[in-house]
Amino acid sequence: MSSVSDSTRLEISSDTQADSSQYLTFLLGGEEYGVDILRVQEIKGWDNVTQIPNTPDYIKGVINLRGAIVPIIDLRQRFNLENTQYGPTTVVIVLKVRNNEKERTVGIVVDAVSDVYNIAGDDMKPPPDFGDIDVEFVNGLATIDDKMVITLNIDELLNTPAIAESAMTTH
Amino acid sequence: MASILAVDDSESMRQMVSFALKNAGHTVVEAVDGQDALARAKTNKVNLVITDVNMPRMDGISLIKELRNLPDYKFTPILMLTTESSSEKKQQGKEAGATGWLVKPFNPDQLISTINRVLG
Amino acid sequence: MSIDITQFHQTFFEESFEGLDVMESGLLELDIGAVDSDVINAIFRAAHSIKGGSATFGFTNIATFTHAMETLLDEIRDGNRAVSTEIVDILLQSVDCLRDMITAQRDGEENDQERIDQLQKELDTLLGKEPGKDVSKQHTEDETGVENALPSEWIISFTPQPHLLKTGNDPALLFRELQSLGDLEIEADTGKLPPLAEMDPESCYLSWKLRLRGDAITEEAIREIFSWVEDDCDLEIRNASSEVRGGEKRETEKTEERVGEKGAPPKKPGKKPLTPESSSIRVSIDKVDTLINMVGELVITQSMMGNLDGDFEDFDHARLEQLREGLSLLERNIRELQESVMRIRMLPISFVFSRFPRMVHDLSQKLGKQINFEMSGEQTELDKTVMEKIGDPLVHLVRNSIDHGIEPPEVRRQRGKPEMGSVHLNAFHKGGNIVIEISDDGAGLNKERILEKAREKGLIEEDCQPSEEKIYELLFQPGFSTAETVSDISGRGVGMDVVRRNIRELGGNIDVTSSEGQGTTFTIRLPLTLAILDGQLVRIGRETYIIPLISIIESLLIAPGNINSIASKSEVYKLRDEYIPIVRTHELFGTRADSDNIEEGLLVVIEGDGQKAGLYVDELLGQQQVVIKSLETNYQKVDGISGATILGDGTVALILDVEGLIGMSRRPRGNKAQQEERAVA
Repeated sequence: MSSVSDSTRLEISSDTQADSSQYLTFLLGGEEYGVDILRVQEIKGWDNVTQIPNTPDYIKGVINLRGAIVPIIDLRQRFNLENTQYGPTTVVIVLKVRNNEKERTVGIVVDAVSDVYNIAGDDMKPPPDFGDIDVEFVNGLATIDDKMVITLNIDELLNTPAIAESAMTTH
Repeated sequence: MASILAVDDSESMRQMVSFALKNAGHTVVEAVDGQDALARAKTNKVNLVITDVNMPRMDGISLIKELRNLPDYKFTPILMLTTESSSEKKQQGKEAGATGWLVKPFNPDQLISTINRVLG
Repeated sequence: MSIDITQFHQTFFEESFEGLDVMESGLLELDIGAVDSDVINAIFRAAHSIKGGSATFGFTNIATFTHAMETLLDEIRDGNRAVSTEIVDILLQSVDCLRDMITAQRDGEENDQERIDQLQKELDTLLGKEPGKDVSKQHTEDETGVENALPSEWIISFTPQPHLLKTGNDPALLFRELQSLGDLEIEADTGKLPPLAEMDPESCYLSWKLRLRGDAITEEAIREIFSWVEDDCDLEIRNASSEVRGGEKRETEKTEERVGEKGAPPKKPGKKPLTPESSSIRVSIDKVDTLINMVGELVITQSMMGNLDGDFEDFDHARLEQLREGLSLLERNIRELQESVMRIRMLPISFVFSRFPRMVHDLSQKLGKQINFEMSGEQTELDKTVMEKIGDPLVHLVRNSIDHGIEPPEVRRQRGKPEMGSVHLNAFHKGGNIVIEISDDGAGLNKERILEKAREKGLIEEDCQPSEEKIYELLFQPGFSTAETVSDISGRGVGMDVVRRNIRELGGNIDVTSSEGQGTTFTIRLPLTLAILDGQLVRIGRETYIIPLISIIESLLIAPGNINSIASKSEVYKLRDEYIPIVRTHELFGTRADSDNIEEGLLVVIEGDGQKAGLYVDELLGQQQVVIKSLETNYQKVDGISGATILGDGTVALILDVEGLIGMSRRPRGNKAQQEERAVA
């Protein structure tokens, strides 16, 4: 992890360089993760959800997002990180994910939203073998201001066994 | 350009007439039969009416008679769309107050040149 | 500026198919000997439109064929030809043939030319003319004026009648057109102009003398320009090189045309047409206009409430009142808007019914049965999706009635019934549902035979003597068929079980009542729409769920003495004379109820898939209509849940899948544990 990147920190702007993408980063268990900002639909505070029976614990339930029924996923639980109490900074990031040629809207619960960075394609390093979270969810690693940001492949991330299975089989 | 009421119970004919007229820069009010046309003619004062003859609820001939009784449509050109076989209809239409006719089948160019005859 | 008219072909095909359906149902409705003018007019109009459209869009073969049909229909319409079974048959065959021709045109396929020629010949023979006359030729003037091409100067005397302007014609425009042919000199005669005081401004008093010079101007070209006004004026066209020709010949022609004059009565609408099943929907302009009006009202309400915005510091009581008023207005607007939007999906059931007369006609001929087929309530509206899926079950039931219900004429005679059996298809609204009944006056269901069959198939125990209701219920069991001879009409392996399943999938149900020797009635109840359901809100623990009202039989306080457990595993509740399983929803869902002791709660008796069960709930809340939202849009199917909805407070409530829950309660538990394992893996 000695790679030093010369990525520049940006304010939220449309000033995107060629071959680079903007990432929204958030905190989770002290680490900073990034998701492609184009996939972010909105950020909203944590609110009560309606539980769905017989689903994995990391599926907190569903909420009403302007008339759409949107599932909410606790990312800590998804990554098997230690649970924390939801606090004032806890937010839900509403994302658009694609799997099995279907676009879905889902919310992820994270500790706090951090920042927006511009990361050039060259600065993204492939992920090493992680121990704690499934490597299939990780797109790459980037170093920004001497911090490491883990960029996530959210399509895979939310491709839960349950969802994948339901897409293939009919009940 | 002109505002034109196009009346036909056939959707495809209506679409074609309407498209050709709009393409020529006119505004078009569509109606699906005589009764519909009469109601629309009352709320939109149009410069020209193009009507099919054979329609449910109120046919083209009755429509022309009704329109001619409206002060706003005493002098408005009204063209009827007829088939080649119905010279009798032409006569009825004329008596009802039609300005002229356009014989089916026609193509959009024929339609435009015909309406140009009556639009000053 | 040339327009590509192929873009209108699709619409033409669609409306032609609708027209053909109108023709077909009309033809089946025609009474031999006493032709109903509304019906024949509707048939004629449909043929006429297809002919006009096909000629316009260049489908000459279709235009030619339809023309022959139209001519025949015209003769019938004018009373010049009596309707015979033969004519109706040929016309019906022609409708089928035309449908194939249009389909072939649409799909770019080959026509069955032999069949077309054959029918065309039959039509032509009926009409008593030489086959193969082309009708699609353009309108042309028959007279020849070509030999007069050279003379270059014409003198036209044009004296309009006073009413000319009232036909919308304007002499100035005629002159402008003449000018396009050559040089025009215009001389107006104002001699008939009355004094100003007597002048009617709407009349035309002027006449004109026109001199037109140009190369190769034909008299026909000039006459063509005056063709619209020739009846409304005195017109004289002279070749200036002294060849005089008057308009007298034309005059005689016109009197002939006038002979057949008749008042054309306004026509009543024909049967609503059937649209091909597609994902698009045609909406009447009225419905769209209503929507637009409502959105207009919404905008007004919004602007009214917008005026309240601003300084909230001094938000006084008056403004609070206004706000409250605005909100209630908004609520009303939105409710109306919702209803209207839902109504867009609603179509009259005639879209489905219209296929039956032909089917019954063909079927009864095939089976040698006489059927008086009646339909009522065709205008009853229901959701388009429901409509698309109810067609096949209805076809099956109607076929069943004719095939198995109605007896052959000789049997009916023996039984003292009229030889002609009757089958009635009826639709109506009843309490938020649409009800469709198929009834016949046939033999009725034979309970003994049903029982025998059920025993044979092992569906019931040998010594079981079920109630009448239960016996009829057997009809809907998979693999049950009572027909003694499997005819090729009903016995196609699609049984009543499939019919019921299809109806259940639509959220409906089907019942049967029968009286032996007198007939059978199948009654289908369907929700008006798939987008909304009437729900009972219930609370179990902290969660609110919705149970479709249509599945609920009753709700009751649990009487502890009526609970029995079987093998200390499953519980049943004694409900009058039957035992129904108790479903502890919270246990199936891994949630908690208020108390583990279910004796403190309520039992909602539900029925699904022919099974009754008692659903334990903590509390019954209100009943309301809910808009169904799919969980699968953003998530996945969940066992025991059919969907979700949004309650008034904005929270999400899950809709219970009654059949699914009953199924789950019968399966061994362990679902949750398995899923968790999978998720962790």
